[in-house]
Amino acid sequence: MAHEEAVLVQEERIAILSDSDVVKARQVGRTLAASLGFSQTDQALIATAISELARNIVLYARSGEVRVDALRNGGRRGMLVIARDDGPGISDIERAMEPGFSTSGGLGLGLPGVRRLMDDLKVESKRGRGTTVTARKWLR
Amino acid sequence: MEVPILKQGAYLIASIQSALNDADLRFLRDNLVERVGKLRARGVIVDVTALDVMDSYASRTLRDIAHMTRLRGAETVIVGIQPEVAFAMVQLGLMLEGVATALDLEEGLEFLNSKTRDAAREGSRRGP
Repeated sequence: MAHEEAVLVQEERIAILSDSDVVKARQVGRTLAASLGFSQTDQALIATAISELARNIVLYARSGEVRVDALRNGGRRGMLVIARDDGPGISDIERAMEPGFSTSGGLGLGLPGVRRLMDDLKVESKRGRGTTVTARKWLR
Repeated sequence: MEVPILKQGAYLIASIQSALNDADLRFLRDNLVERVGKLRARGVIVDVTALDVMDSYASRTLRDIAHMTRLRGAETVIVGIQPEVAFAMVQLGLMLEGVATALDLEEGLEFLNSKTRDAAREGSRRGP
């Protein structure tokens, strides 16, 4: 049997039900980022982004899930972070992406901050039907 | 995960040993604010060397600790923010405005010593 990859990366899903799960999600994410070869700095950026996204779930939706996975696009490698919940949804995504916008009394730092930590960020949400945030970071 | 708080002279030193969740952070805040009064502390050092992530909630709580202890008469200094943590914080716009920081425990103690010396001089100038 040929050994194609020294490290086989497994997709991980972390249920987000409380603030302890926020810590767990970012630790699992950091471990994956490290095994994918991200620098210490990028590991910190990814872990911080996961922390913010997971906290948004706890704050706005109470429960949801963070999924982290390896990404491959031709020769490019990277990491995928998906934060999903069935909460109230975001009624105005454009507004939610404006710096300084918050509906939680300034508890969350909001999505613009998370976008600066990652290479790209996509938000899908419908009022009353939950929110899915998909973020990617590529290895340099 | 409870953060141990040591008393050294007029200072309290809280050394965070591992990742803290939001409840742990709130407990640390309340505990420090209470002990400043109970132990008549003039300075507080929060050592975050062990933290590999400082997100918005952690930053906000540290800022609250600094402002609340100041209102109680004690100066707080945050020490040991790691380089990659500082980078992530700046990207997120978390600047810890109005909060004293120092490189490490030694520098933090030096900062508090100079602050309390200044305060002592102020006091003696105002004296009879």
